Amino acid sequence: MIVAQQIMPLFDWDWIGRNLDTIWARTVEHLALTGVALAVGMVISILLAALALWKPKTYAPITSVTGLLYTIPSLAVFALVAPFVGIGNTTEKFITAEMALIAYTLLILIRNIVTGIRNVPPGVREAAVGMGYRDADRLRRIEFPLALPVIMAGVRIATVTVVGLVTVTSLLGLGGLGFFILDGLRRSIIFPTEIIVGVVLSVVLAAALDLSLLVLGRAMTPWTRRGSI
Amino acid sequence: MAEDSMIRLVDVTKAFPGSANPAVDKLSLGVGHGEFVTLVGPSGCGKTTTLKMINRIIEPTSGSIIIDGRDALASPAHELRRSIGYVIQQIGLFPHRTIAQNIATVPMLLGWEQSRIDDRVDELVETVGLEAEMLTRYPAELSGGQQQRVGVARALAADPPILLMDEPFGAVDPIVRKHLQQEFHDLQERLGKTVVFVTHDVDEAIFLGSRMAVLNVGGILEQYDRPETILANPANRFVESFLGGERGLKRLGLLPVTEAELKWGPFVDISTSPAGGRQTLEEHGVDWLGLLDGDRLLGWVDGSLLGAGPLADLEPRPFLVTLSSESSLRTALDAVVTGHARVAVVVDDGVYRGMLDLDLIAGEVTE
Repeated sequence: MIVAQQIMPLFDWDWIGRNLDTIWARTVEHLALTGVALAVGMVISILLAALALWKPKTYAPITSVTGLLYTIPSLAVFALVAPFVGIGNTTEKFITAEMALIAYTLLILIRNIVTGIRNVPPGVREAAVGMGYRDADRLRRIEFPLALPVIMAGVRIATVTVVGLVTVTSLLGLGGLGFFILDGLRRSIIFPTEIIVGVVLSVVLAAALDLSLLVLGRAMTPWTRRGSI
Repeated sequence: MAEDSMIRLVDVTKAFPGSANPAVDKLSLGVGHGEFVTLVGPSGCGKTTTLKMINRIIEPTSGSIIIDGRDALASPAHELRRSIGYVIQQIGLFPHRTIAQNIATVPMLLGWEQSRIDDRVDELVETVGLEAEMLTRYPAELSGGQQQRVGVARALAADPPILLMDEPFGAVDPIVRKHLQQEFHDLQERLGKTVVFVTHDVDEAIFLGSRMAVLNVGGILEQYDRPETILANPANRFVESFLGGERGLKRLGLLPVTEAELKWGPFVDISTSPAGGRQTLEEHGVDWLGLLDGDRLLGWVDGSLLGAGPLADLEPRPFLVTLSSESSLRTALDAVVTGHARVAVVVDDGVYRGMLDLDLIAGEVTE
């Protein structure tokens, strides 16, 4: 009996079959944590990018601060945020986790939005001004759509980064696919199946989201694939 | 300039921050209704700055700009711009919009109904010589020349009375450019728009402008007049050197052959007697005789072939080059120096009008 307990199979397909519900629930949690971080990150980034485009002098400080945030290790961010927000209940844990995740999206998103819009050909911008577009309309209807390929490239990088980081938020007890990795490690005898499921699913999730965004981006920019003479 | 100018610049100055001398210094210039004014000059003469002040892409430092009797600086810039067509060298079509959407830009901004926009787009495609199947394509799928036609159609979309053009044909290859210039010249005559056209190409300015403004560095207006007048009487050394060589030839290029008093020359009706034919040869001191049937030109015959038989029995040879009344004196000169008979024959739809020789053309150059 002792022998039976110590020899764990490398991969236990039955465990997957028994835990499909949990696996699904953790995947949904993972997606939700990722989605909220990206959505809020995008809103903040659009506002800060707009500020940087409107007042170019603000761009350097904005990238310095968000760049600094990007370099702090994820665990350290939790440690920094937790004392202020707390990790007493699920809401507090959620906010703490999201603040860290959002912080990681900002640099990539802001930089790609600003670069994308600055790279709009000067002739196109001048024509838009000359036709009588107001500043805000020109940004929304001409410059933003033309910057989309660069912006979507940023969104894809940010998404893949966040999917990876969400795995770490399971340390706060927020679920997600990181739960399986932690749980597999915490057992008295390491349970590889659970760890592999956590790792593989986060990688698959990141790849799937990346591919979806690639397809979405191409669908939004049909003109980029029409031949040039 | 007269009060009824379409565009009037009064003491307009533009000083860019950080540069010692103003780009344009107290420039006053009037453009009449339906006039085609070319602004020409070396780089740094402020021609583009001047153009861009008219639609306020660049705001003047001082002075006033009156458009159709109203102060251009008084109303919001975006409203002014929607009433002025604008074409630039980079063309600046919106890459993410189809050709139809590009052309519809200003009508869309003005809130036209979709059906009216569609009708207008169809009309414009014809006006600028594009094909309807291009409407669903994106700009990147068109050649440079086609793109610039779309650029012109887009500028004309809301039927603005004024067109501003900043070296619009500068980026296309020389053959296409020549073609676009001719097309646009004809288009402007049909539509009667008031056009201000910036170029650094003197020949383009001469060919297109009903008047040309020659600017010197710092936005100094050196001369402002009809191209043929400027070519005949440059105001000063600067204008003279800017016009470059072959001023006489360039001027001939602007004048139609009808400007000269055409000679009849050694042309006779085929019913003339051989003796009468020989007499004409002697009078003109030539060795060839032009033959007419009534007022129709048949061709010419060698004088030595004139025998005793009637002229109608001779086989006339065609003139290799004939001109029409609309041809320029420059083309006539070319016909004179290349043709065997040293004359240029003017024929409209087969009807003989007269001829020019070197003396006659030279008289027009020195006039």
